[in-house]
Amino acid sequence: MAVLHVTDRDGRNHTLEGAEGWRVMEILRDHGVGVEGICGGACDCATCHVIVAPDWAGRLHPAREDELLKLDELPAIEATSRLSCQILWEEALDGLTLTLAEVN
Amino acid sequence: MALHPTSTITDVAIIGAGPTGLFAVFELGLLGLKAVVIDVLDKPGGQCSELYPEKPIYDIPSWPVISGQELTDKLLEQIAPFTPEFRLGQLVTHLEKRADGRFTLQTSDGEMIDAGAIFIAAGAGSFAPRKPKLDGLDAFEGTSVFYAVRKRARFAGSDLVVVGGGDSALDWAIDMVGHAKSVTLMHRSDRFRAAPASVAAMRALEAEGKLRFVEGDLHALSGAAGQLDAVTIKTKAGLETLPATRLLAFFGLTIELGPIGDWGLDLADGKQIRVDTEKFQTTTPGIFAIGDINHYPGKLKLILSGFHEAALASHAAFKVVRPEEKLRFQYTTSSSELQQRLQVGDTSKAA
Ligand SMILES: Cc1cc2nc3c(=O)[nH]c(=O)nc-3n(C[C@H](O)[C@H](O)[C@H](O)COP(=O)(O)OP(=O)(O)OC[C@H]3O[C@@H](n4cnc5c(N)ncnc54)[C@H](O)[C@@H]3O)c2cc1C
Ligand code: FES
Repeated sequence: MAVLHVTDRDGRNHTLEGAEGWRVMEILRDHGVGVEGICGGACDCATCHVIVAPDWAGRLHPAREDELLKLDELPAIEATSRLSCQILWEEALDGLTLTLAEVN
Repeated sequence: MALHPTSTITDVAIIGAGPTGLFAVFELGLLGLKAVVIDVLDKPGGQCSELYPEKPIYDIPSWPVISGQELTDKLLEQIAPFTPEFRLGQLVTHLEKRADGRFTLQTSDGEMIDAGAIFIAAGAGSFAPRKPKLDGLDAFEGTSVFYAVRKRARFAGSDLVVVGGGDSALDWAIDMVGHAKSVTLMHRSDRFRAAPASVAAMRALEAEGKLRFVEGDLHALSGAAGQLDAVTIKTKAGLETLPATRLLAFFGLTIELGPIGDWGLDLADGKQIRVDTEKFQTTTPGIFAIGDINHYPGKLKLILSGFHEAALASHAAFKVVRPEEKLRFQYTTSSSELQQRLQVGDTSKAA
């Protein structure tokens, strides 16, 4: 079973089961860890903003232009910030570690 | 909260002008009920017009494809016969059920609305500007720091820093050249989410030395008594402090539940208002919640769910607003009463 590890906004850690072909946002949303995904993954709401563990950042598919533009719009981001709706889950991501960004 | 002498009186006050709130005007109108619609945004359409006006939607029954803005425009056309009153750019801040069973609602402009029933069609909540997390920001908001330009005169002769890379940021930075004493545009990168012509115009002003563009992030604000005098920015080269008496920040919009959380309603997950599925009524009789804002077993956050909920809530609201009248179920195709209300068909015959 491939899993991802997420730290929520209260600092609690959760290990969640991935779902092949799903967006990471959808996995986080359906597990109720505090991701709303208001726009359903359209890069429009940034409610799915996460900070990826540094050793994982380079192993993900790089962000596309619309994700970068949305991230640039936010008042504060980290070097490894991503919109989790733009990361598709696959077995190879087993162990992916991320932290939910503050809502803003 | 006393009833303001100039308050508007209506059958139903609808909080939120998204697709659900707009369609509710229609369903209420068919039943002969008047509505006032309030939204904090300055235009109707909710998420569809604010977040995705150009995107195609494929699951609106009988519209194989329709864009967010087209859907809003069609809804406005459909409800036009019922002449709803809109209060745009106003946040509903207070809602109170009075001893006489009617409701008083207050907006951020201080307007009072007296309604027989309330429809909360507030979606994911109200849209609000995203704010930077900076120490002492509150003290400067509304005096030196702004998230929109309401009065251009406020920026005359200022040392202005505009932050953002979208159309609003570029358009205002360009507009303020010559009006403000100095204009600095700051954005995190040199990627812009703006019309190419605006980017070109900004670059031209930069080349003429009339505007400075800098890549960076806000780091700190300084000043006293609500008057900003400098901002410190973080660029690749390090920290830099520049004189600034006005800051215009465009970080897009965020959605927050807002004042609705304080109205004593039963909330699921602190975000959604619990309703029954017969009337879509909240735990307070006369207050209904429809569309994305409500929660019930099996809820799907789809536009079409909001439409269905609006129809059922309208019928239930009729009984609240007109308890002495009998509600007749009729079709628009065959009822001349409904057609009269819609101002269509042969209006000479009685029902
Ligand atoms: C990118 C994207 C794509 C989508 N695609 C689809 C799709 O294909 N199909 C589909 O069915 N759905 C889709 N949706 C979801 C759909 O847009 C929502 O279900 C719909 O907008 C909900 O309508 P609503 O009227 O309930 O709320 P909203 O559209 O959220 O409108 C609520 C309004 O209430 C206002 N408001 C809230 N609180 C207050 C207050 N206190 N005072 C004043 N105003 C207030 C808000 O400012 C807002 O304008 C999509 C959403 C997004 C973002
Ligand atoms: S879900 Fe809206 S940007 Fe990712």
